Amino acid sequence: MTATGIGAPVRRKEDQRFVTGQGRYVDDFNRPGQTYAYFLRSPHAHATIRSINTGPAKIMPGVVAIFTGDDLAADKIGGLICGWMIHSKDGSPMKAGPHPALAQGKVRYVGDHVAVVIAETLAQAKDAAEAIVVDYEVLPAVADTAQATKSSVQIHDVSPDNTVFNWHLGNKDETEAAFARAKHVTKIDLVNNRLVPNALEPRAALGEYDPGNDNYTLYTTSQNPHVARLVLSAFIGVAPEHKLRVIAPDVGGGFGSKIFIYAEETVCVWAAKKVKRPVKWTSDRTEAFLSDAHGRDHVTHAEMATDENGKIIGLRVHTIANLGAYLSTFSSSVPTYLYAPLLSGQYDIPAIYCEVDAVYTNTAPVDAYRGAGRPEATFVVERLVEKTARELGQDPAELRRKNYVTQFPHQTPVIMAYDTGDYAASLDKALELADYKTFPQRKQESARRGKLRGIGFSSYIEACGIAPSQAVGSLGAGVGLWESAEVRVNPTGSVEVLTGSHSHGQGHETTFAQLVSDRLGIPIDQVSIVHGDTDKVQFGMGTYGSRSGAVGMSAIAKAIDKVIAKGKKVAAHVLEASEGDIEFKDGKFGVAGTDKTLGFGEVALQAYIAHKFSGQDLEPGLKEGAFYDPTNFTFPAGVHICEVEIDPDTGVTKIERWTAVDDFGVIINPMIVEGQVHGGIAQGVGQALLEGAFYDQSGQLITASFNDYCMPRAIDLPSFQVGMTVTPCPSNPLGIKGCGEAGAIAAPPAVINAITDALGHEDIAMPATPQAVWRAAQKTRMPMAAE
Amino acid sequence: MTTVSLTVNGQSVTADVDPRTLLVQFLRDNLRLTGTHVGCDTSQCGACVVHLNGQAVKSCTVLAVQANANIVTTIEGISQGGELHPMQAAFREHHGLQCGYCTPGMIMAAIDIVNRKGNALDEQTIRTELEGNLCRCTGYHNIVKAVAAGAQAMAQTPLRQAAE
Repeated sequence: MTATGIGAPVRRKEDQRFVTGQGRYVDDFNRPGQTYAYFLRSPHAHATIRSINTGPAKIMPGVVAIFTGDDLAADKIGGLICGWMIHSKDGSPMKAGPHPALAQGKVRYVGDHVAVVIAETLAQAKDAAEAIVVDYEVLPAVADTAQATKSSVQIHDVSPDNTVFNWHLGNKDETEAAFARAKHVTKIDLVNNRLVPNALEPRAALGEYDPGNDNYTLYTTSQNPHVARLVLSAFIGVAPEHKLRVIAPDVGGGFGSKIFIYAEETVCVWAAKKVKRPVKWTSDRTEAFLSDAHGRDHVTHAEMATDENGKIIGLRVHTIANLGAYLSTFSSSVPTYLYAPLLSGQYDIPAIYCEVDAVYTNTAPVDAYRGAGRPEATFVVERLVEKTARELGQDPAELRRKNYVTQFPHQTPVIMAYDTGDYAASLDKALELADYKTFPQRKQESARRGKLRGIGFSSYIEACGIAPSQAVGSLGAGVGLWESAEVRVNPTGSVEVLTGSHSHGQGHETTFAQLVSDRLGIPIDQVSIVHGDTDKVQFGMGTYGSRSGAVGMSAIAKAIDKVIAKGKKVAAHVLEASEGDIEFKDGKFGVAGTDKTLGFGEVALQAYIAHKFSGQDLEPGLKEGAFYDPTNFTFPAGVHICEVEIDPDTGVTKIERWTAVDDFGVIINPMIVEGQVHGGIAQGVGQALLEGAFYDQSGQLITASFNDYCMPRAIDLPSFQVGMTVTPCPSNPLGIKGCGEAGAIAAPPAVINAITDALGHEDIAMPATPQAVWRAAQKTRMPMAAE
Repeated sequence: MTTVSLTVNGQSVTADVDPRTLLVQFLRDNLRLTGTHVGCDTSQCGACVVHLNGQAVKSCTVLAVQANANIVTTIEGISQGGELHPMQAAFREHHGLQCGYCTPGMIMAAIDIVNRKGNALDEQTIRTELEGNLCRCTGYHNIVKAVAAGAQAMAQTPLRQAAE
């Protein structure tokens, strides 16, 4: 390992600009003649729009234009789309209601887009929006997940009972048979609380139109600018694909919420042509709460069957998944193919059956949020396993060990074929790091102080490296999920890598450069990573699903292989040797068995000056591209152990220790990987203890600011003990599994298992706020202090 | 419009502003100092922290006119001669940032913590003192490490502290 190669904790190249305030986020861009957009949003959860009178607003100072849904329709601008088709059990396609960028006749959630005001200043746009008169006929609303299909409210004409689909996976008969012969059945009812992703940078869009060339440019906060361009052109019809440039510059966190193609960016790029000036919109935080796609929001009943030896023999799950008022870009895939295929966890479970009823409600759309379906699955499995261990009087670690998959490859009954892993190794290491053996002493010591101490496990698995295109196509995906890369070697030997992945905190500019430096034997400062601009980078699928290492870097590796192969041809001509005798090692091309070598830079120069070979024999230049389509999902897995102490007088839960042992396969940069784990755990702890998006019965979001929605702060979290085990992933050339979502997937059940262990009963839901825990603790009979 | 005159990062600045202009808007829109960020609208996130006369303030809760005749330092103004401020260097060294959006506010708040609490900061103090700053990426683990290390490094560069 070199100091900057694969496996080295290289300090990040991008940090120089971020720590000096030189990062360039969308809102930092300003274009000549720029106007400001402000969206008038629905104050009602459900209403018919009788009329919109923009007359008084249009004559307000500074107003450039006001547009409504009628204007978009007149220009034949299509609605927003959901790109993953799910079919119900009966074979019928999901019921997708129309999703106009600006409302047409009806609003379906608080925050829905009614009109856009474009003005010289943002303040003028806001002032004018207040002068728009909208005549609403307010309709009854339904916001509650479990009540959606029972309500008389009808949100979309296509779905009389608010059902989007009734989907299932697994073998029902085999599962019923397993339950029939079970020695023990553990039952649980769970709510996976609704979350708001809350990347610190709010969404923003800046649209620009160049009439001279009929070109459009959109600066947007996107995790996948090419996908945004494809959807905006091919489906929404804002501009032809080749005429639309989408730039996603520095993006301040995404966590899924910036995958999707939203109304605001659609309107900004369209309106830029209408008003013949750049149009900029930056979300404020309240708008973000109202209109960013939310995450999770499941109501689940699940049962786990075990035999007389404590072996899990069956799992059945019924989930109601709230998709909000409209189907967001990938929303339908989250509670289906990103959820149920993970219900086998790390366990050898012969029979699984899962039913998912997806519903519309009068709430913001729900889509992928860090983990996307996999945290929900892990919460079901890990809560059930822990509860089973308690009901059987077994150690939760040992019950897990008894049921682990130990032979690979392992075909689960729910699609996935696990390729490799050593789950017991991660468990052993976690037990040691967590000092599990001495936990009883710590519990006793807490009890002496009148405190309740508990320990909870989460033995999670996820499917990442998303995903083999044919496989996802057969499951309903509208796109392939490969990744692309282009490695451009310059005549001076420096290298630019153009990648379809997008970095919004993951540190690609460093890790990707480490791979190039390692493979080509050139200094890391000779490598630039270019991403986030459709005019520069060939088509790419973007960053989500912990895919950029496993898929994005594999594409780069493939392109590097081609560069080396071409370099050998060039070197053979220069060194007057046969191509088959050229070896590439440590950054040098050499003739086998001789001391004749050429440095990488020399070969690059020779490739471009092309003096030593005929252009008919060999093309000049040294630039190669590759598309990499994975052969399987990857399966990061690990064990997290959470130890809490609860003060029954205040209900405050303090996380005393956090131990994480993860198997991410081969690691490029351990510093960055650990950082990803930390951040994921924090979001998972946030879900378990603090965060929850709540709508009241009328559909008003009552947690629409950082005052009301409790984000984890430094004081809410401990330092984390992070360890690794490594089984290289066999399905990609780098052995990478992915690490971005693990913490968020692992953490919630670890926390709740610890709290329920401390309480001695299971009656607590997420978020386990001090008030909720205090109430639950009143049910707990305090052990007598042993004094 | 109202005229404001203040010193920003050592330079005198005079501008006519709408009286309702917030300091953060003045810095970002008038001066194009876009390192100071806006992450919320309720003074909760701390992405906009700058120093006003040497003390950390959330520039989203200060009017530009309130800063009249005062001294403002932003993230762009703390490195000298091309060398990072020790707190900036510590954030980089300890991977105290990921997406970078909260980072300027974090660094400005951290310097203020050191100014108030000294150079030997324990974990509990740092976590408590960071109550006004949100980060969604790092889980704070490495920010806490960075602030502790940055605080110690600041002790070794007294001249810089005085300048700050």
